[in-house]
Amino acid sequence: MTVSQDAAVQETITPDGRTIGGVLMEMRNITLRFGGVVAIEDISFDIRQGEIRAIIGPNGAGKSSMLNVINGFYHPQDGEVWYKGAIRGPMRPHQIAAQGIARTFQNIALFHGMSTLDNIMTGRLTHMKTGMLSQSVWFGRAQREETENRAFAERIIDFLEIQSIRKTPVGRLPYGLQKRVELGRALAAEPSLLLLDEPMAGMNVEEKEDMSRFILDVNDEFGTTIALIEHDMGVVMDLADRVVVMDYGRKIGDGSPEEVRNNKAVIDAYLGVSSD
Amino acid sequence: MLYRESGDFKVSYPADQQTFPIRFDRLAFWITLAVAFFVVPFFINDYWANAVLIPFLIYGVAAIGLNILTGYCGQVSLGSGGFMAVGAYTCYKMMTAFPDLNLAFCILAGGVTTAIVGIMFGLPSLRIKGFYLAVVTLAAQFFLVWMFNKVPWFYNYSASGMITSPERTMFGHAISGANATPAATYLFCLTFLVLLGFLGRNLTRGSVGRKWMAIRDMDIAAEIIGVNPLMAKITAFGVSSFYVGVAGAMIFSVYLGAVEVTEAFGIQKSFLLLFMIIIGGLGSIFGSLVGAAFMVMMPVLLKNIMVNSFGWATDIAAHFEFIIIGGLIVFFLIVEPHGLAQLWRIIKEKMRLWPFPH
Amino acid sequence: MVEFLYGIEVVINGLMAGVMYSLVALGFVLIFKASGIFNYAQGVMALFAAMTLVGVQEGQVPFAHLINSVFGTQYHHFGWHINALVAIAIAALMMLLFAYLVERYILKHLVNQEPIILFMATIGLAYFMEGFGDLMWGSNIKTLDVGIPQGGNFWIEEKTAFLGGEDFYGFYLDTLDIYATVIAFILVSTLVLFSQYTKTGRALRAVADDHQAALSVGISLRRIWVIVWSIAGIVALVAGIMWGSKSGVQFSLSLIALKALPVLMLGGFTSIPGAIIGGLLIGIGEKLFEFMIGAPFLGGATENWFAYMLALVFLVFRPQGLFGEKIIERV
Repeated sequence: MTVSQDAAVQETITPDGRTIGGVLMEMRNITLRFGGVVAIEDISFDIRQGEIRAIIGPNGAGKSSMLNVINGFYHPQDGEVWYKGAIRGPMRPHQIAAQGIARTFQNIALFHGMSTLDNIMTGRLTHMKTGMLSQSVWFGRAQREETENRAFAERIIDFLEIQSIRKTPVGRLPYGLQKRVELGRALAAEPSLLLLDEPMAGMNVEEKEDMSRFILDVNDEFGTTIALIEHDMGVVMDLADRVVVMDYGRKIGDGSPEEVRNNKAVIDAYLGVSSD
Repeated sequence: MLYRESGDFKVSYPADQQTFPIRFDRLAFWITLAVAFFVVPFFINDYWANAVLIPFLIYGVAAIGLNILTGYCGQVSLGSGGFMAVGAYTCYKMMTAFPDLNLAFCILAGGVTTAIVGIMFGLPSLRIKGFYLAVVTLAAQFFLVWMFNKVPWFYNYSASGMITSPERTMFGHAISGANATPAATYLFCLTFLVLLGFLGRNLTRGSVGRKWMAIRDMDIAAEIIGVNPLMAKITAFGVSSFYVGVAGAMIFSVYLGAVEVTEAFGIQKSFLLLFMIIIGGLGSIFGSLVGAAFMVMMPVLLKNIMVNSFGWATDIAAHFEFIIIGGLIVFFLIVEPHGLAQLWRIIKEKMRLWPFPH
Repeated sequence: MVEFLYGIEVVINGLMAGVMYSLVALGFVLIFKASGIFNYAQGVMALFAAMTLVGVQEGQVPFAHLINSVFGTQYHHFGWHINALVAIAIAALMMLLFAYLVERYILKHLVNQEPIILFMATIGLAYFMEGFGDLMWGSNIKTLDVGIPQGGNFWIEEKTAFLGGEDFYGFYLDTLDIYATVIAFILVSTLVLFSQYTKTGRALRAVADDHQAALSVGISLRRIWVIVWSIAGIVALVAGIMWGSKSGVQFSLSLIALKALPVLMLGGFTSIPGAIIGGLLIGIGEKLFEFMIGAPFLGGATENWFAYMLALVFLVFRPQGLFGEKIIERV
């Protein structure tokens, strides 16, 4: 893989033919504290357009907190977040979502009172603009917009192969399908940056293969930049273009999967060595 | 004719999204509407109008309103009584200040004012959730009732402290005051319910409804996926209060005719509405109507059975009413939190398969 | 000077009223701590307990009105009078039975529901008990007399007359209120000692902290709930006796539940001392506000809403109340 020095501008081509562009998001010297506890200490890294970036590390390292900083739920006490070339000022999470950042959650945060289709349609909310007055009359503009967005949601449903459960209330779905629906909701937002918080947690081998395939397809077909937290090293090696390793709130590794795997600090803190 | 949808395939998204996807239901709905508008007015009498139909129509509007706030958006409100009072008193002031203004406009003005008041009392909901919000709404309830009692400007300095509704007409028929005919009043209320029900249904199935439900189900996740919580809650309070205010204005002007605020809009009204939407079904327009019908019919039924047939004392009937309502609330919350509307949906599911078991 | 002394009298009366609120709030805190339920029915429980007490004391026939209506009979009283203490014991037993039935038929089925559903269930329970109590003992106002002295305390009045000179007649305090304060104090101390030093008390605190963890160390959730609701029932009985002695046993007793909400807002839902302090603050606040601003400028009757407004203001600035735990939201 050819990497250029001026990472901010040059594009690179991966061995399997995908294009990775310039820097999409950059965290500079981020420090996050909760009272006396330092969750993240002076961490800097970047995420490039079109790549799959993994964030790994032992439990409690601050990975989920980092994701929360990226989507604006936590505000770091120190440091800057740069997105699409501009520094991010103080913004509320819903405004950040409108900028094109979507995510899934470690413990599944679907809306249990709604069906699969409705949940995915909530992902389209940032794109639906008709006012309340039109909506109250329904026929006309509101219905047209609803139909267009329904069509988009259906394409996501096709992509994720969940047609048969589209009207089922999500509370009744098994865990693996719920995770898929949550992915669908995030995809429905057409994000520039997709954050996945342990998307493989609790899945068996087949489900992991399916989910991996979906993630790769999303990146390949839609060109979506993906940042994911993951514990399964096999998945990380297969999927990720670059990896950030965190431990006790600090960054201890940053590079391609092979570089990180051979990094002594990472091995000591997290990976361990195989006994052969 | 069997209740079926086989062969009834939807080929467009709008068709899939319609309110009554099954043809039988659609027919039933239009027939009911036709009967309500064109048949009932000829057979209606004073008793049926005042005991059953008109309160049902008015409380139906109020229940839809409360359901939007509590059932769809998850914000508990115990202040509906006070908000109805706002609608009623606004309507009264408009009626007395502008005697030539059509009653419908006075009622709508009542709705708008209540929407504004509702938004004001709803602003704390951004920081306060759950029971704590219930306390805020209680503050609204008690304060508003006290205010309408104490500040004479609201009841035009009348000695009794009550407000009475002057006579108003629509298309030549009296709909308020002593000369109002049951048929005219009934049609007036029916029009309001059908219109507001239509608007309510549209709002709840569109994106604003989804925003409300997202906030209800998981407000943090909702915010992260792009729902502005402030706007969602404010619109919920605003729309809900509009409906409740309209209902309050109608209770005053067209149903009771004369109102004393503590008795007509006290905390027991807030609970009445809450019970309607719990029993009828939270998060369902149809459920709001079912709940309203149920709570309106129950005392009438009990009185007819216990007092007229069994010959028991009226206060015993009243006690049984409490026992039955209380018991039903607990029953529904345990067995079917989505109320009668859900039970009805389950029955229809079974009917779609009948006579086959699955 | 006399005005100031009257102000002090208002404050002391407010404190006493506050003690009454605290008694009711205490029942709420107990149940909320152990099961996360805000028991709206606490007020009706107090009413029902008081009605049962009077009914047993006077030898009333339960469900007399209904029986007479159905069978055309004329039974009202058994003809005996029961000693106050025995009647209290019987009423307490009724509350224990009530706690058991509530746990068995309601709580057990609602274990994993959200708090708002549980709250609405207790509203349903409140209405049910109200109708049931009225049916059982009749809805007319009753006087409750278990021998607690009432009326202005002349001893205190005399002894404090010297404070204000000639125009001041001394602090007028109701003896009943003084008794209520003492009883409340004893009750709270007992409860605090119970929860700190006994095995069951410790189990209660464990359940209040974490249901799952408590289950995993072998604590029976159901048994704890029956115990907690029984204690709450006893507290309700005491509150019912106090309020009933003061203003008679009538429907408005059940509305006390609504008053307890602002008390809990201030004191936090999970703190026993918080309930006490919250009650006192509301009691004083209400009476002072009415005395200084309500009666002279606003036409009076501000006690109807002052407590809620105070709670509202508090909530905006400190959502967890004075003593409650800060709610941290995690994603």
